[in-house]
Amino acid sequence: MTTRKAFWQGVGRSLPFLLVVAPFSTLFGVVATDAGLSLAQAMGFSVLVIAGASQFAALQMMVDNAPVAMVLLASLAVNLRMAMYSASLAPYLGKAPLWQRALVAYLNFDQSYAVGVARYEDDPDMPVPARVAFFVGIALPIATLWCIMSLAGILLGAAIPASFGLDFALPIAFLALIAPMLRTVAHLVAALVSIVAALLLAGLPSGVGLLIAAGLAMCAGAGFETWMERRAA
Amino acid sequence: MTYSDASVWGIIAALALGTYLIRFSFLGLIGDRPLPPVVLRMLRYTPVAVLPGMVAPLVLWPAATDGQTDPVRLMAALVTFGVGYWRKNVLLAMLAGALVLSVGLSLTAPR
Repeated sequence: MTTRKAFWQGVGRSLPFLLVVAPFSTLFGVVATDAGLSLAQAMGFSVLVIAGASQFAALQMMVDNAPVAMVLLASLAVNLRMAMYSASLAPYLGKAPLWQRALVAYLNFDQSYAVGVARYEDDPDMPVPARVAFFVGIALPIATLWCIMSLAGILLGAAIPASFGLDFALPIAFLALIAPMLRTVAHLVAALVSIVAALLLAGLPSGVGLLIAAGLAMCAGAGFETWMERRAA
Repeated sequence: MTYSDASVWGIIAALALGTYLIRFSFLGLIGDRPLPPVVLRMLRYTPVAVLPGMVAPLVLWPAATDGQTDPVRLMAALVTFGVGYWRKNVLLAMLAGALVLSVGLSLTAPR
């Protein structure tokens, strides 16, 4: 497979995701502006951080005026899963030049990772340059649209007054993101532990309860998965 | 929001750098030595461990109603979650929740 063909194949595979990315990034722009971020700051999030769930998480913590360290810890915790993506891409892309791996890292999203790895597993003989081109092909349209529609949302958010219900846009966005992730009982267990612990610890200083709840939930999910495996064995 | 401009930019810069380093980690610095399975297993659960705990208080005690549980917002949240869980579709879940929220709020608005 030629590098050029792999790139365009990746672009084709990105199209279904654009339907989700467009409204989601628009929503980020609207909510960020509503929360009081300037155009440059909101765009700073979308271009430099370029990780939807953690951008929304940071915004929510900032609306609550949480201490800066807590904002960072909670938002980075949301992105820790990408270390797993990075580890699982390394055997396929580890031989690519450093600048290409650096580019892939910037474009390492949920969607590009999932589609990319599935393709690499299907076709073990794919040359490394074609793998990189395929990955960039999936991620580039997503990244471009993410930034453009964030800008559209910022301009839209500045134009509409703080209308009713906008306060609840963030919770709705989070719930819509989380629900489809709960594919196994272990995921449900983790989510449930997270909810119960966060509610019980809500009295602690902003963000502290959430971090403890998240730690407990990670252990619960991983522990439950291990227990299920042992039981099946 | 009561942060100074400098703090907001500090948050953006630190979050951008931290996120990039997480994404780059194994691809760039650590190479293709595999992670211990128990670490991979924990990492897999980070989004579902962080986000539900963040949302739960917002749903039960919304700031817009001064922390009083609001039937309309609660219903919108349940519908969003239900549709997302059932259809496994982020966009559909968001639209369903937004619909319930806007219809509910307009029906219960004081006139």
